[in-house]
Amino acid sequence: MLKYTEDHEWLRAEGDEIVVGITAHASEQLGDVVFIELPEEGREVEAGEEIVVIESVKAASDITAPVAGVITAVNSALADSPTDVNSDPLAAWFFKIKPADAAAIDSFMDEAAYNDLIG
Amino acid sequence: MAEELRRTGLYDLHIEQGARMVPFAGWEMPVQYPMGVMGEHLHTRAKAGLFDVSHMGQVLVTPKNGNPETAALALETLIPADVLGLPQGRQRYGVFTNDQGGILDDLMFANRGDHFLLVVNAACADQDIAHLQTLEAVNVTPVTDRGLLALQGPLAAEILATLIPAAAEMRFMDSQIDDWDGTELWLSRSGYTGEDGYEISIPNARLTEFAQALLAHPDVAPIGLGARDSLRLEAGMPLYGHDMDTGVTPAQAALGWSIPKSRRIGGARVGGFPGSDTVLTELTNGAAKTRRGLRPEGRAPIREGVEIFEGETGGAALGKVCSGSFGPSVGGPVAMAILDASLPDGTTLWAELRGKRIPVTLAALPFITPSYKR
Repeated sequence: MLKYTEDHEWLRAEGDEIVVGITAHASEQLGDVVFIELPEEGREVEAGEEIVVIESVKAASDITAPVAGVITAVNSALADSPTDVNSDPLAAWFFKIKPADAAAIDSFMDEAAYNDLIG
Repeated sequence: MAEELRRTGLYDLHIEQGARMVPFAGWEMPVQYPMGVMGEHLHTRAKAGLFDVSHMGQVLVTPKNGNPETAALALETLIPADVLGLPQGRQRYGVFTNDQGGILDDLMFANRGDHFLLVVNAACADQDIAHLQTLEAVNVTPVTDRGLLALQGPLAAEILATLIPAAAEMRFMDSQIDDWDGTELWLSRSGYTGEDGYEISIPNARLTEFAQALLAHPDVAPIGLGARDSLRLEAGMPLYGHDMDTGVTPAQAALGWSIPKSRRIGGARVGGFPGSDTVLTELTNGAAKTRRGLRPEGRAPIREGVEIFEGETGGAALGKVCSGSFGPSVGGPVAMAILDASLPDGTTLWAELRGKRIPVTLAALPFITPSYKR
């Protein structure tokens, strides 16, 4: 089951890691993605830290770490096909993070709450 | 309190087409449609794109004494261009200069026989009109009852000919008046994309109907300001307020080509416009800095404000990017910056992006080959 942040990220628990991507709503707002800069694997990050740069034709945006933890994997395939973020945002994950607090994911919105947020 | 945004006569049609509307120069304008900036850009280069440019200022300049030469010479006191030598039915590009030789706005002007039609930037329109009204020999009439469309792309001519057969005979920068179903249209074969195409002025009363007639063609798609910007950037065209402003001279903006011999030192009608000493001396001696093209390595767009350096580390910035984005037709990022004119194309410089320096290559403008019907 997916969880959602107010920054329009989706979170999926996978073992003791969280897989992070952006929602279809966010990808629509961004428009055509042309470049993605991912964090280094093994990097320790704070919650709210800007760790991904995502550039569309129009503008640059940041994606933040939803929780504190360590980046365990990044989807380097996105560097070559950044438009995957537009065509299939749920499959186009950005990074996996091992949260410092194993229960961190529980506090995020479920789908119904997120749908309320985006109206 | 924010000033209320103005809407063009096509507002309802934009909404119907699914546009995302944004504030632009005091107007509420479509930035993109569901096709998206990339798709709209590529569609315009492949087929034909329809742009609402009704926010731009259309202005008529008429000589008080009835002699068009009077109006031409009056305009030449504000614009360093050959207005007097412009034949009837033709249009040219020019700039308004200030006393320091900087650029107040850029514009198109067309000779329509007994008067001139000017098209100026939306954000500068009020200021331009006031500036023109300082001319004693002419009447200045803002056109308030017409919208402006641009139809751009390789199929623009054959598509427009289905509504206005005479349009097909026009050459690049021709300007003429045609009839469409009893309505007077003002056409020019010009645009802001690097493609063949037209700008079409239509009475507001029939603006939507005319736009719908064009959109009914399967090869025409509505195009927003997002793609308009990436198209003009690939075509190496400057945007006022970004690539030029009151602190940038025509030579620095790489617009010296718009100032002909007749207005330069040694010409028949040398100078006589604001800042002419500065502008003409610089054109004679060559500007130290001028607007150059940049091709960044990799895929990351280098946007407005990014600083350019000579080396990978240290040193003072050589200049800043004035326009930069991803060029969908180029297939990579493209940018422009005002930099040392003596550096040859192909020189590697460095752009500082998010604390890292990325190699960028000086490249000739435009980034694409324009396809005007000359």
